[in-house]
Amino acid sequence: MSEVTIQRSDQKMDEIMGSLLRTGVVLAAAIVLLGGVVYLSRHRVPVTNYRIFAGEPAEFRTISGIFHEALAFHGRGLIQLGLLVLIATPVARVAFSFFAFLYERDWTYVVVTVLVLGLLIYSLFGGHA
Amino acid sequence: MNTVEFTALVGVGSLLAGFLGALTGLGGGVVIVPLLALVFHVDLKYAIGAALVSVIATSSGAAAAYVKEGFSNIRVGMFLEIATTIGALAGAALALYLHASVIAVIFGVVLIYSAYTSLRHGPRALANQPPDRIATWLRMDGTFPGEHGLESYHVRGVPLGFAIMFVAGVLSGLLGIGSGAVKVLAMDKAMKLPFKVSTTTSNFMIGVTAAASAGIYLSRGYIDPGLAMPVMLGVLLGSLAGARVLVGANVQVLRYVFSGVIGVLAIEMIYSGITGRL
Repeated sequence: MSEVTIQRSDQKMDEIMGSLLRTGVVLAAAIVLLGGVVYLSRHRVPVTNYRIFAGEPAEFRTISGIFHEALAFHGRGLIQLGLLVLIATPVARVAFSFFAFLYERDWTYVVVTVLVLGLLIYSLFGGHA
Repeated sequence: MNTVEFTALVGVGSLLAGFLGALTGLGGGVVIVPLLALVFHVDLKYAIGAALVSVIATSSGAAAAYVKEGFSNIRVGMFLEIATTIGALAGAALALYLHASVIAVIFGVVLIYSAYTSLRHGPRALANQPPDRIATWLRMDGTFPGEHGLESYHVRGVPLGFAIMFVAGVLSGLLGIGSGAVKVLAMDKAMKLPFKVSTTTSNFMIGVTAAASAGIYLSRGYIDPGLAMPVMLGVLLGSLAGARVLVGANVQVLRYVFSGVIGVLAIEMIYSGITGRL
């Protein structure tokens, strides 16, 4: 009987996780597309030189800078916001797994998800400029 | 060339790369980096930044479907993600110290290995593995929908799988790829997972692994919006189309042709790296 319950709760977790991933990707693609349209409609200049690496300016490198640019409805800011949503999608999936394992009282995997989540947050907010 | 033309060209190229990546099972990232670097003469740093982003998009999109179907082993994936995320952070750090030519040569070698494995995979009989102490403690044994209903399997070789996954993470963070081929090697060969489980669980893990290094690449200014936009959208659409074609069609011949193309790209990358043209 308990076997059946475990199977069912895992299956529910799989379904929620699947929807979460799909929503994240669709939302990110939509924002990037919108940003792309804004960017190209206002930016008919000779193409940026990608041959030599110059690095992005601060407004496209930091989370606060990206939000600022996106709220101003600048094309490239919106694209970066979409990419940020995309990067956050797997992070949200790990965060969701954390709560799911907590609910199942699966302590080993609560620790596992905390470790992974910690590494991801360090990468996003660690400030590696 | 103006911005619209450049975006359109990169978009079409990325569409093809995504299509190719899905058909061969190599992923779009592995094709997009040589395409940007060799054809569009984009600096390797920008190419890797854009590729990483497209890798997150395709793997998350595909994982959404596989997870719902119940193929992916979430516990195996989550546990091994410790190894791949640490590896990805190490790889992204390593990228700062390695010269572009060294990165290009490593890329070419990984590309050849990936193309080689994509040609020779196929379902293998791995049933009836005895249970393993560590895997049992980590409750990794699982089931997947087989031909005759749910089939159960035992997981083995956790320490070796974990070690190989660390390497997969380093390569992912260093080269901006999903390194699916190395991940499948860890789960298929070391941990004896059924083929369909190892490929879908690998896909499930790629998003998290790539996200770990993407955060660092973003803050280092490697991810350019004007370049990443057509790459991400193109690869995503291309891989969706590729997955559609894959269902039903006999792709063995296509696979050989595309693996040949990838082999040529790999040699070109190594050659460009050695001659210092990147």
